[in-house]
Amino acid sequence: MERIAIVGVGQTKYERGKTKNFAELVYEVARKALDDAGMELSDIDNVVTTTNDFFDGRTIACMPIAEASGSYGRDATNVEGDGTLSAFYGLMRTLSGVYGTTMVTAHCKVSEGSPRKLFNQAFDPVYDRLLGMDAISSSALQARAYMHRFGITEGQCAKVSVKNHGNAKNNPYAHVALDITVEDVMKSPMLAEPIKRLDTSPISDGACAIILATEERAKKAARKPVWIKGVAHCTDAYRLGERDLTHSLPLETAAKKAYQMAGIKDPSREIHVAEVYDAFSYMELMWYEGLGFCGPGQGGQLIDNGATQMGGKLPVNPSGGVLSAHSVQVAGLARIAEAVLQLRGEAGRRQVPGAKVALAHGITGICAQTHCVWVLSN
Amino acid sequence: MGTRTAVVGVGQTNHTSKRKDVNGQELINEAVKRALEDASLSLKDIDAIVIGNMDHFEAINVVDGWSVDGSGAFMKPIMKVTTGGSTGGTLGSCGYYHVASGLFDVVMAIGWEKNSESDTQAAISTCSDPILERDFFGGAIGPNAAEYAMYMKQFGATQEDAARVAVREHNNAVKNPYAHLRKLITVEDVMKSPMLCWPIKLLDSCPRSDGACAVIYASERKAPKIAARPAWVHATAVSHDYVYFGDYDWEKMPTCQATVDRVYQRAGITNPLRDVDVMELYLPFSTCGVVWMDFMRFCDLGEAPKLIRKGVFDMNGELPINPSGGVMSTNPIGATGLIRIGEAALQIMGKAGERQVSDVRTAMATAFGSCYWFEATVLRSTKP
Repeated sequence: MERIAIVGVGQTKYERGKTKNFAELVYEVARKALDDAGMELSDIDNVVTTTNDFFDGRTIACMPIAEASGSYGRDATNVEGDGTLSAFYGLMRTLSGVYGTTMVTAHCKVSEGSPRKLFNQAFDPVYDRLLGMDAISSSALQARAYMHRFGITEGQCAKVSVKNHGNAKNNPYAHVALDITVEDVMKSPMLAEPIKRLDTSPISDGACAIILATEERAKKAARKPVWIKGVAHCTDAYRLGERDLTHSLPLETAAKKAYQMAGIKDPSREIHVAEVYDAFSYMELMWYEGLGFCGPGQGGQLIDNGATQMGGKLPVNPSGGVLSAHSVQVAGLARIAEAVLQLRGEAGRRQVPGAKVALAHGITGICAQTHCVWVLSN
Repeated sequence: MGTRTAVVGVGQTNHTSKRKDVNGQELINEAVKRALEDASLSLKDIDAIVIGNMDHFEAINVVDGWSVDGSGAFMKPIMKVTTGGSTGGTLGSCGYYHVASGLFDVVMAIGWEKNSESDTQAAISTCSDPILERDFFGGAIGPNAAEYAMYMKQFGATQEDAARVAVREHNNAVKNPYAHLRKLITVEDVMKSPMLCWPIKLLDSCPRSDGACAVIYASERKAPKIAARPAWVHATAVSHDYVYFGDYDWEKMPTCQATVDRVYQRAGITNPLRDVDVMELYLPFSTCGVVWMDFMRFCDLGEAPKLIRKGVFDMNGELPINPSGGVMSTNPIGATGLIRIGEAALQIMGKAGERQVSDVRTAMATAFGSCYWFEATVLRSTKP
């Protein structure tokens, strides 16, 4: 793969009930990403936006943010799904030789809709939707299956929540930063057994943008380029009954492909920091396993021995992760943006010292049907 | 430069108003199977899939995940792209860029829609701003009706000029076994059909269809082994207009002009009438088949009716447009733009059956939708 760099990133603060509209949110991050890259809009060759007609509450949801993303007068396109996929499409467009730079944006105002009802619309309209299935209830089934198979405890899941909410205190963009204990998580209200409120990501509004550039164009950018070493995505079966909910084969497949592209043989040693999509606390443990940070069923041990804490061998989610800010579709792109800040050494109080290789991960669909894995390096 | 890329397989359903015999996944699978058959490939040969439709027409969130049983994306990379009516063009571009990036060798783009499951115009109305424009934006037909009313006043075009386009499209569709509406009609039939939104009448208007289309793109390494005569992608381009409809320049259609200027330049086309052998254009209303011909750079402003009266765009004319019958005969919205690319590719590949234009070396397809998104793709029998 030709060398493509991420040369600019921009994020809003994530919070519930933002008063800015979609276009204003996208404008804020597009402007920030341009300023970060030391670029002007005239330096952008094409634009990839990210929308979802359900969450945005209008059809053709790429319309209202078109001007704000800077796509007027230039080639543009729109992805529906996690921002890691939009960024992947942006990478492909940049690799095609047609464009030298690509702006990628994602936004969501989750607080303007009813996320449980909107996610219910992802379920089969005949068989599953009427059961009231949503992100929390379906994930509870996955959590229970995973915990049962490998003997993972609620306490171990709670440790992820304690870690990430604590890390979020160092991230000015995070929505929910908390000083909590495992006991606090265990005592928080049960939403869908075994998932409790503090095991769950918040309803966050926000936006994120990144700018991709060819090696040639990256030379003109203000910041030290962060190079894309490997990317892959993969999708599981649709129906939960047809899937192994306890181990994500698509994650394992996508990770292996991304590692192969990046020349990574032992991810737990060669990756210095990871930002993963922990919509629920149990997910982070599962993703450790799928990403090869530990063996199958060893996610609990990995959190127990502190390896993924700040200061551990492989810090995961120094930003606080998705548990501390969950703007749907944006969250994966935010993982990439955070990984870029880590590799530049610009992550402030959440910086992992000396990070040279970072991993970013996104999911979309019911119980993370699709995974997308990015390996970046400075 | 990226990897040279060609269309090597096309599959579509037999489009119709209501497919009650299949669900969405099964409808998608019909097109997928036909595309694989056309390219003599099996699902294991497909490296990645892109899919698209308009969410609110079927009310299914995360269609990329839901459609896996039909698309065959199990344990493969799949992503969803969508831009409203132009989704099909967006899908074709996405398939192309997947391969052109060098990361994938064989990629399938799938567009689909089951319009019979939706209230299409009500859903489309929600694309407009909820506070300023939604209350009085009456679906897709109003803007195009206003556009033609202005054009008639400015240049003396007539309702009969538009009717002539409708006749061309519908009568071409008779020779397309996949088309939804296949009935020979006359200018008189069009003029007598019920008025929908002056000056657009029922037979000036596209239908809503249930249908799907799949187009397979392959790299330079694979394409010649798959297809005897691949349709090479030479250029794609797209433009869109402002967010608010009130800001548009309705007399100039800047997005069509900007897109074709860019795609002609990228593909080295200086005189489209002469340099392109056949076009599959996304013309949702017959009136667009008049007005937009000016902006496609076929003629000076206001001259389109003359070309239409001369039959320049008829099957035996200088530049046949829509041998398939176009959008006026078939409109499964998320698939419609991809069908244009598929049909253009079939013309290059020499597989268009009774609707084949002889000796096609350069073909062009467009898509249209949302805030006047205008997509274009140029295909050729020779490598770029």
